[in-house]
Amino acid sequence: MRPEIWQPLLLSLKVALWATGINLVLGVAVAYGLSRWRSRLNATVDALLTLPLVLPPTVLGYYLLVLLGRRGLIGGWLDDLGLNPVFTWQGAVIAATLAAFPLVQKAARAAFEGVDVQLEDAAKVLGLKPLAVFVRVSLPLAMRGIVAGALLAFARALGEFGATLMIAGNLPGRTQTLSVAIYSAIEAGDDAGANLLVLVASATCVAALLLASRLTRERTPRRAA
Amino acid sequence: MRLDIAIQRRLDDPQRPFALDVAFRSDAGRLVLFGPSGAGKSLTLRAIAGLLRPDRGHVTVAGRTLFDDFRGVDVPARDRQVGYVFQDYALFPHLTVAQNVAFGLRTGLRNPSRRRVPEAARQWLEAFEIHDLASRYPSQLSGGQRQRVALARALAPEPRLLLLDEPFAALDTALRGRLRDNLVALQERLGLQMLMITHDPADVEAVAQQVLELRDGRIHPDPRSV
Repeated sequence: MRPEIWQPLLLSLKVALWATGINLVLGVAVAYGLSRWRSRLNATVDALLTLPLVLPPTVLGYYLLVLLGRRGLIGGWLDDLGLNPVFTWQGAVIAATLAAFPLVQKAARAAFEGVDVQLEDAAKVLGLKPLAVFVRVSLPLAMRGIVAGALLAFARALGEFGATLMIAGNLPGRTQTLSVAIYSAIEAGDDAGANLLVLVASATCVAALLLASRLTRERTPRRAA
Repeated sequence: MRLDIAIQRRLDDPQRPFALDVAFRSDAGRLVLFGPSGAGKSLTLRAIAGLLRPDRGHVTVAGRTLFDDFRGVDVPARDRQVGYVFQDYALFPHLTVAQNVAFGLRTGLRNPSRRRVPEAARQWLEAFEIHDLASRYPSQLSGGQRQRVALARALAPEPRLLLLDEPFAALDTALRGRLRDNLVALQERLGLQMLMITHDPADVEAVAQQVLELRDGRIHPDPRSV
């Protein structure tokens, strides 16, 4: 396969895996916290966290530039440490993570809210500390929803375009992801290249969906015969 | 006194404000808290188990103070050594019967193994005649079997007090009579103090050595006024 094809594919997979991994930790933690936290601010926080889902990706990318750019709020400080995420694949991970975050968070939160609080109470009375209650009861019972959310997040991260382009740019071999490469190929009039990239992107998404449906099936506890 | 309870707690639910103000002491092995639904029976159990924090009062079980607002004592639920059988049993649906019974025997981050059942859990499985069901899941059990699993799970960590929340409500009438007798026999064998709540006079008749009647969050007649 030509490097113009596999380089963007590998980069996209790397970025999407990182973004999904980060969201599994971050999204699940936030979701659990919110599902057990009763406050009037709950709805406001929920709206803020859902924003990446509805904002135009270019707007998201612009916010990231403002924050992480060389003269940005966090970027200036990162720059002093020699860490500048602009025009790097790590920048693409940040963009993809942010864009996919609400998908994991919302799915996980719905899953945690479906876990009977009485089961957590039973675990507490049987001597478990809060972390053990989470790991042994809440997490396994919410696992199906979390896996489903992670799958959607992976697909979303794989297809991320607008925010990625703005923060990571379009450097072939370095920050050019699959979706960005497709756009570049069409711009350059390389129809054959674009076709091939589109096929690869479609096949990757279908494979991810099939894999996830298998994972969710295996995690389901057996039902009554 | 084995059990010494005084609990005050206000619930500021705008639809249904409620004040719980319960006080009693008892040495009875089988103590029953009797009253209609909404009287505060479950809240009382939750406060004793450490799942609900009273505004004021004290909870003493088997001579050990678990809660005392005046002295600033509030032992977390996990350290209270109080067994709890929930109304619909609250068995863990993702774990087998053996794993459910062994659940409280290890308090670390990992659930008990599906295959290797610890000796203490095996004894309880046999005592309740559920060893044949050890590898089944709760969804595959009948109501009576679930109750036995819930009792075995609550007793395995050797609690000092067993709380039972309407343990017969989820069962059909034919089964109730037999299981009430079983519970009485179990309590006599173990010598463990039990506090059961119910709205069913037949439960009181069959089980209670001492009855306390709860109405609108208070014991009637209030033992403090006698």
